[in-house]
Amino acid sequence: MALLRQTYLLLCKDLLLELRRRDSLLTMFFFGTLLLFVFHFSFDPAPDKVAEIAPALLWLAFLFTGTLGLAQLFQSERENHCLDALLLSPLDRGALFLAKTCFNLILMLIVEIVVMPLLWILFNLQTWNLLPQLFLVTLLGTIGFCVLGTIMSALTLRARARELLLPLVLFPLMIPVILATIRCMENVLRTGEFGDATPWLRLLLGFDVIFLTVGVLIFDWVIES
Amino acid sequence: MALAAIAVGLYWGLIVAPPDAYQGDVQRIMYLHIPTIVAAYLSFFLVFVGSCLYLWKKEKRDDILAYAAAEIGVLFTALVIVEGSIWGRPTWGVWWTWDARLTTTAILLLIFVGYLMLRSLIEDESRAASAAAVLGIIGALDIPLIHMSVYWWRTLHQPPSIFRPDKAPWENVAWPLLIPLTINIAAFLILLFYLLSLRYRLGEMREEIKARRLDRGG
Repeated sequence: MALLRQTYLLLCKDLLLELRRRDSLLTMFFFGTLLLFVFHFSFDPAPDKVAEIAPALLWLAFLFTGTLGLAQLFQSERENHCLDALLLSPLDRGALFLAKTCFNLILMLIVEIVVMPLLWILFNLQTWNLLPQLFLVTLLGTIGFCVLGTIMSALTLRARARELLLPLVLFPLMIPVILATIRCMENVLRTGEFGDATPWLRLLLGFDVIFLTVGVLIFDWVIES
Repeated sequence: MALAAIAVGLYWGLIVAPPDAYQGDVQRIMYLHIPTIVAAYLSFFLVFVGSCLYLWKKEKRDDILAYAAAEIGVLFTALVIVEGSIWGRPTWGVWWTWDARLTTTAILLLIFVGYLMLRSLIEDESRAASAAAVLGIIGALDIPLIHMSVYWWRTLHQPPSIFRPDKAPWENVAWPLLIPLTINIAAFLILLFYLLSLRYRLGEMREEIKARRLDRGG
């Protein structure tokens, strides 16, 4: 399919650029780790309380790290009129959207794979066996974040005070994802399985599917602005 | 006419109607509260419609409509939250609570404040219009999801709260209260359309000024 092939090409371009310079990835990773440290000093949780607040802290860290990544997302296109060149080429705009979303997703997943175990180590949690399920929840949540975030990043591309505006418009829209992921993770940490939290998983899945579709369809208008 | 309708509705609601059986006179704020939220929801629906139409047809007037409706919607939503606080203090004992409906309304306010900020921070007018239209559509699509998730959050693992829902269904409202309520709703809708038409006219005039400046400038 032409759309997938174009997405693949654009994605490879972005990944190649990133592999060479590694600036986004490293900053995101160090920022995430730094946030974990700051949270530990701020909350100073008692050992029995840690498991309760760990999902929230984790997700706050990912939110802020992700916002950092989003601000950088179209950076390479802003230089040298690359964006105009891309728009002039016969590329499907939806492919650009998918490629950027996947690129941000890959960056965030790499950061998350490292930061999650790091949280477990720093906060002295014992529930290592639950990490696969927690990672599934994180994956779904991150997809939702990247989808909405890419749209918002493109929308605010030419706004003043862009770094401030992006979180301002993004975070209220992200609330279902934040609620769903944190509730799911809390439930898993408490009971060891998804159980009651399955509706939240379905919400996450629905959210991802809806906004992925909306994004692909609407990106023509998004990127014009 | 709007002022007259509101005056009639308010007088009836505040003075003539009997006090509510459970809450006494504090309940009278419902005559302001429900019409305000009805007007606010209608405004945001207009933002959604205006945004869709603008992206589809690129006609200036749809954009002006969306902007006007968003400003007024934000005003009414802020009013609703303040009114609710005023009612909540004597009734529930708190200024604010993270009940599902309040939280969702607050998030709605935040989304559309973001919409207004997006518009004002983008320099180019037509780009601002398209960007805002997309945000308007995504915001409107997200609202049901937000409502659902906040509602689940607040009711999934907690028994029904001790706070009564702040709006009774139509059947539960006694007849003497229903009439002033309906009058007030109608009055606020008239007020909404009056404000909307004023703001829309303002938007049109701005466009005209811009066009004339361009003509004169060469």
